Amino acid sequence: MALLEIEDLHVSFKTVDGVVHAVEGVSLSLDARKTLGVVGESGSGKSVTAQTILGLTRFPNATISGRILFDGHDLLTMSTEHLRDVRGARIAMIFQDPLSSLHPFFKVGHQIVEAIRAHEDVPRDLARKRTIEALSSVGIPSPEERFNSFPHEMSGGMRQRVMIAMALAMRPDILIADEPTTALDVTVQAQVLELIQALRDDFGTAVILITHDLGVVAQMADDVAVMYAGRVLEQTTRETLFTEPEHPYTWGLLQSIPRLDAPRTGRLNPIAGSPPSLINVPRGCTFHPRCPYAPPPAFETEPALTPSQPGHLVRCHLPIEERKRLWQSLQNEHPALR
Amino acid sequence: MGAYIVRRTLWAILLLLVVSFLTFVIFNVFPSADPAALRAGRNATPALIEQIRRNLGLSKPFYTQYWIYLKGLLEHFNLGYSYYNTESVKSEIFSRLPATISVTVGGFVAWMLIGIPVGIISAIKPRSLLDRIMMGGSLVAISAPVYFLGLVSLFLFAQGTGVLQWAGAAGSYVPITQNPGTWFNSLILAWLTLAAAFAAFYARMTRGNLIEVMHEDYIRTARAKGLRESVVITKHGLRAALTPIVTMAGMDIGLLLGGAILTEIVFNIPGIGRYAYDAIVNADLPAIQGTVLFGAFFIVFANLVVDILYAFLDPRVTYG
Amino acid sequence: MAVAAERTPGAAVDENLLVVRDLVKYFPIRKGLLQREVARVHAVDGISFDVKRGETFGLVGESGCGKSTTARLITRLLMPTSGSVVYDGQDISTWPERKIRPLRRDVQMIFQDPYASLNPRRSIGTIIGEPLRLLGIGDRNERRTRVREVMERVGLNPEHFNRYPHEFSGGQRQRIGIARAVVLRPKLIVADEPVSALDVSIQAQVLNLLQELRDEMGLTLVFIAHDLSVVRHMCDRIAVMYLGKIVELASGDRLYDHPRHPYTGALLSAVPAPKASAGRGRQRVVLQGDVPSPVAPPPACRFHTRCWKAQPICSEVEPPLESKGPRDLAACHFPLTDGEVDALTERSAE
Repeated sequence: MALLEIEDLHVSFKTVDGVVHAVEGVSLSLDARKTLGVVGESGSGKSVTAQTILGLTRFPNATISGRILFDGHDLLTMSTEHLRDVRGARIAMIFQDPLSSLHPFFKVGHQIVEAIRAHEDVPRDLARKRTIEALSSVGIPSPEERFNSFPHEMSGGMRQRVMIAMALAMRPDILIADEPTTALDVTVQAQVLELIQALRDDFGTAVILITHDLGVVAQMADDVAVMYAGRVLEQTTRETLFTEPEHPYTWGLLQSIPRLDAPRTGRLNPIAGSPPSLINVPRGCTFHPRCPYAPPPAFETEPALTPSQPGHLVRCHLPIEERKRLWQSLQNEHPALR
Repeated sequence: MGAYIVRRTLWAILLLLVVSFLTFVIFNVFPSADPAALRAGRNATPALIEQIRRNLGLSKPFYTQYWIYLKGLLEHFNLGYSYYNTESVKSEIFSRLPATISVTVGGFVAWMLIGIPVGIISAIKPRSLLDRIMMGGSLVAISAPVYFLGLVSLFLFAQGTGVLQWAGAAGSYVPITQNPGTWFNSLILAWLTLAAAFAAFYARMTRGNLIEVMHEDYIRTARAKGLRESVVITKHGLRAALTPIVTMAGMDIGLLLGGAILTEIVFNIPGIGRYAYDAIVNADLPAIQGTVLFGAFFIVFANLVVDILYAFLDPRVTYG
Repeated sequence: MAVAAERTPGAAVDENLLVVRDLVKYFPIRKGLLQREVARVHAVDGISFDVKRGETFGLVGESGCGKSTTARLITRLLMPTSGSVVYDGQDISTWPERKIRPLRRDVQMIFQDPYASLNPRRSIGTIIGEPLRLLGIGDRNERRTRVREVMERVGLNPEHFNRYPHEFSGGQRQRIGIARAVVLRPKLIVADEPVSALDVSIQAQVLNLLQELRDEMGLTLVFIAHDLSVVRHMCDRIAVMYLGKIVELASGDRLYDHPRHPYTGALLSAVPAPKASAGRGRQRVVLQGDVPSPVAPPPACRFHTRCWKAQPICSEVEPPLESKGPRDLAACHFPLTDGEVDALTERSAE
């Protein structure tokens, strides 16, 4: 049985401009000790999905439905008071911008101590000792001194390490990492990704990795979901996603990034147009206005997320053979996709 | 940090020198304020004015006069002598200080104790009925001037005139050393009147700040790590929301002193504000000059304290 | 054109549009009672490079390496501490603001955050036409026509002339920024992280647009970014910066195929490739620690504190930026060998 099961999640927010349909029928499952990558651009609903798991989107203007099963309980219907026992202790989360995610007026050590003492009735000095151990385990040099640092006195990479130390101080079952390296330099990104991998291997923590970077997914994930306009468009193993992707949006993403691992090309092949408004989502397939291959049904009805082979789900009206043929010809055209 | 405090203090001293110079120029150098002519009263002969001029040292050059004035100020805190009754301005001010401190400190406490909690309660459930009532009420309080509120409250609550007789001693100030109970009773209306507009404004500001802060990423982190919502609000939220308010309050103390003048007049409290008012009515220049300088000193001092306090409250402030 | 007219008569039009020599920018840190300068941020610390007419020159490096400061120095938004910036044969490094203004016709900049660099109270037509207005080019109608042409060219609907920046998406705002930069038909555009705030699908559109405009208008482009794959895609020659210094300078393909400086090698090895075999079967170099503070940069080779090949000499003698192969420059005592490069990069994994 899966460790975490998201079933038919819908999240929408009432705003002055209209209702924003941020997540529309997302189902995902995460197995113990696995890493699930969720890829998408801004507005795809990937962050809202992640935050909803911990009830962080319970705003007065939010409407949430579906089920999120964890350990036999539905996290969506759980009271905020009960959810508190899950937050931080069993499911921990780190965010994109570690500077704004840490409180500017409290010492980083105190912020971790606070997280420990929110769940366990341990004396202050013991919590302090565990905090220093946690800081040291994420590779922060001289953790006793760093305990007393304020966030603004640290580098971006150090701050993200503090966030990871805070998340892992309670040895959670699941770590949700929401764009954890987007704000970091590439060499620091490599350090942080390596750290997350090491912690996953050492403690058996399952990871949900939210990112826009296909390279990060390729390095880290076991399974991948590609999201667009609040929906999952394609979901499969990492291997399959990069060798036999079947959704035109996934192809588009793969083609639009310049590659280091292939010869230089003249022009990139961007996806035309821009992401849809989440207030007036296009009818039919949400991707059809930008899709060069959209068949007539895509203009009218939204395709279901259906298996094209075991473990490979695709939300597309194109026949399977047609998709395989198109991907073949794309690969012939663009050697980098091979 | 040490250098920062020293530099701030030096700035404050410089600022006070500038204020003393400006008041000196305004009250002694401009022809409309010729102290000799004023002192001599109406229908004075030119000889008398000349005589007074010599006695007061006004025939000396302007900078010498300022130097003598400054020396007296620094060495003996000498603010001169009233034209009206030849009393020492210094001793007049000091004898009225307890009453003014009672009014302003009490007003400040009422301001903070009402403004900040109301703001917090409003921010926790924005757009609720309670929030709307409190924010609506605050608009009324902000719009009502001190003398209007004061007279209305006297009419409603004070002894004799009062409809409700709730604060019986209002209008008859008694020093705290004489009878603390009556002191409190005599001042409570003055405090509330003085604090009303400030408290209302700060309630709105606290509400706005707190609502904004509660959308910050670090509040999300605090929730994500499993803290109680009450801790998230009172510790993480308020710590960030109230810090800028401390600075504002320091700067607004000057306005409170201004409000204290009106309050002392309306509630017949024998404080420095009342003294300043009388001095203006009597064109008593040394007294006006003395109260202005005295007020300036407190405002500069309050700002200095706030600057230093802020550096402690916000670790990101560099003491450079 | 004002700038061209001032050029010394008889000077040959040389191959380089921009020649930068020993460029230095320090930012003072002031402290204490008297606000004395107690230290300096060594933002740019003696860099030299040439930009040829018509080429795209890349500056790549991590945050704090000085690439953005360099951009502001060569467009003279900042005054250099020392060194020279020779634009089209004239040293503009010490020109006063008054003399710089006509230069804005030739040299334009594109910024990272399209929203922050657009005045929210002005319509986009006004924003794009502003450079024309400031330099007094054409009358109102001519300017309007020109702005509409440029809007059309960069993929904005000219009918949106009177709309405001907040009505546009991130990608469209960057198109507005580009339109404002090209409306004067400049010779040189300095683009500082022009696509790093954009989603990948939009990023590709904007990169293509920049390439098209460059080719059509014969622009010379200085392209600054932290994303190595984007810089490689765009640039003919690339300089890699670390802590205010250029550590390697080579043609795009050679830099990526044969990096010579260990820092370049580490950067390339840190980028995960978007494919199934990513990171598997190659030796990745993960640099330890953080970039040292630019206030007190390490002596001699600035990279020696994090370099796995460092020897004692690296902390004693600063390696000059010198030839390590045909036309390639690297500042290193122990440049990477071909064997080491093969182990580091993804290609050899297959």
